[in-house]
Amino acid sequence: MEPSTVDLKTLELDKNGHLANREDWTPNLAQQLAYSCEVGDLNDRHWVVINYMRDEFEKNDDAPSIRKLTKQSGVSTKELYQLFPKGPAKKAAKIAGLPKPKGCI
Amino acid sequence: MKTNAETFESNVAETLPKPIEKVSIIISKGSLEGVYPGLIMANGARMEGIEATLFFTFFGLDAVIDKRMDNLKVATVGNPAMHIPTMIGGLPGMSSFATHKMKEEMEKIDIPPVREFLEMIHDTGAEIYVCKATVDMFHLEKDDFCEFVDEIITVGDFYEKSAGAEVIFT
Repeated sequence: MEPSTVDLKTLELDKNGHLANREDWTPNLAQQLAYSCEVGDLNDRHWVVINYMRDEFEKNDDAPSIRKLTKQSGVSTKELYQLFPKGPAKKAAKIAGLPKPKGCI
Repeated sequence: MKTNAETFESNVAETLPKPIEKVSIIISKGSLEGVYPGLIMANGARMEGIEATLFFTFFGLDAVIDKRMDNLKVATVGNPAMHIPTMIGGLPGMSSFATHKMKEEMEKIDIPPVREFLEMIHDTGAEIYVCKATVDMFHLEKDDFCEFVDEIITVGDFYEKSAGAEVIFT
């Protein structure tokens, strides 16, 4: 069966434009969200970041800081900014179906 | 012809404040608490997709001088917000103690040490410059600075590179 696409307009979002309900998230939706915020086709490296962020959120109820992310996921700062241009922490969180990170670093 | 609704919408679009696209942050102080706000703002800008340039001047240069950047200290004298009487703040070891405590607290909230932070900021694509007048005044050379410094530039160059940016002095 073809992966179904969701009408993004029907999804409930929070005030920052991130998914309001984490249950709405699917890997297919992540790809759609990636297109909508100009990240384009998700490759293996994007998925390393997305999966790491989802795991961390599960454990700590907040997205990891960029410092923690780059140290533990094996994706360097430079690569992170290439994968998610113009605001990596926010965009990665959005695509991963998580709220905007609370930290400053 | 535009409908009323369209005219209203275009008026709203015109009056909405424009998001910041670029910042140029000047760091002029060499104490730990004088350096970090600028670093955090530069990194924070990049995280939001805003272009950032860092310009170090006067005592701010200590934050990018290879031999000094790992040993910046918190100033414990002349700062009422430290809530330490000036005479006590001046005792030997007070500054080292306060620095140690502050670094501990920063590590807890994942703020990296100066050198690592500068590398991180540089890797985000931000440019890092030092002020030529200060370099001349303190008889420094390019080799005295850490590898993340892109160039020694004049104040004129700084303004040129800051075209279209919000300039923030710290």
